[in-house]
Amino acid sequence: MNAIALNESEIWKLLDSIPDPEVPAISIVELGVVRAVRIMEDGVEVDITPTYSGCPALKTMEEDVLSKMKEHSIPVKIKTIFKPAWTTDWMSDATKEKLRAYGIAPPDKLTLEHLHPFSNPDAKPVTCPFCGSAQTHLTSQFGSTACKALHFCDSCNQPFEHFKCH
Amino acid sequence: MTQQEALFEYCLRIGDNAVILGQRISEWSGHGPILEEDIAMSNMSLDLIGQARGFYTYAGAVEGKGRSEDDLAFLRDEREFHNFLMVEQPNGDFGNTMMRSFLYGCFAFLQFKELMKSKDETVSGLAAKSLKEVTYHVRHSGDWIVRLGDGTEESHQRMENAVEELWSYTNELFETDEVITSLTKVGIACDHAALRDEWMNMVQQIFSKATLQIPAATTYQATGGLKGLHSEHLGHLLAEMQYLQRTHPGATW
Repeated sequence: MNAIALNESEIWKLLDSIPDPEVPAISIVELGVVRAVRIMEDGVEVDITPTYSGCPALKTMEEDVLSKMKEHSIPVKIKTIFKPAWTTDWMSDATKEKLRAYGIAPPDKLTLEHLHPFSNPDAKPVTCPFCGSAQTHLTSQFGSTACKALHFCDSCNQPFEHFKCH
Repeated sequence: MTQQEALFEYCLRIGDNAVILGQRISEWSGHGPILEEDIAMSNMSLDLIGQARGFYTYAGAVEGKGRSEDDLAFLRDEREFHNFLMVEQPNGDFGNTMMRSFLYGCFAFLQFKELMKSKDETVSGLAAKSLKEVTYHVRHSGDWIVRLGDGTEESHQRMENAVEELWSYTNELFETDEVITSLTKVGIACDHAALRDEWMNMVQQIFSKATLQIPAATTYQATGGLKGLHSEHLGHLLAEMQYLQRTHPGATW
């Protein structure tokens, strides 16, 4: 395959077929870490941005992009960018619905409260992704991955994770 | 000192503070008082080490001598680390660790908030990212300070002890030198001394809820971190953190 003949939307489609390594229900494009695709003379350049500074999945995502492009014989250069900082607001409603169907309560819209350390945005109950009840409480701000918090549903007695607003 | 040298040094300091505190907090992995806190500690440690990676990588690029993030973290000696003395102090009990995270975290929160406006694009980008994480860390440690300070007689006593042990390291957070003033003049860094009032405000807010007193202004204050003059604890920490690269130079996996 000749890389020069490729167009941007095809590359986006390929990238959109790469699942997030920790939340495979959504793709790395839906997660918002792929920021830009540029068609160059000698291949493609892809900008990605980390979700959290210490997210260990970033390296896996880079490797997944490399191997996906290799599958299609497309030379690729990956650039890690930090600006603008990743936010859960980049997820579409459809992506959030995929998270919910997968069993993870999706993030709300980011508010000013989230940006202040002494506010308590977690005081608002998160809707249970399993039974839809609002009778839930926060167990811990930190979950199995940096981007999720632990909650418990008092209606269906299930623990569940919430993708934090970030 | 050229602007390039100052910027290298400034980014290095931010990286040093993040990596040393990250290493300290990681010592709680597997030792947290409850499972959720164990996970929280590991998460925060990862955030900090991630922040250090960003600032070290940029420092290496600014220096232009080909040093990588790993070179800067693992192949420098104690005297070349310019972190605050506070972050290298041993963890103590859980309350002490939370107090250190809170006192340093409030500073980092204010520093990154200012650095978001930096005229240096990379510094402002890294600061914006770090700020979001530090906000969580301060919320977490602040909650614990209120809970333990305003808790039982014993937990209150332990938090009082933590304040007493750590207050001597607070002055250093606001020290300025040529690196900071020269970069502040050109809009790249921020004046740390100017952050003090707002920092005190944040600490006061949480301390009053926690029924804790801010120590007298005459409390003895330690200094030296910016010049690489450390407490005896940093050498031990580095010996553990750098062991693998020192024993097997260039090892990768």
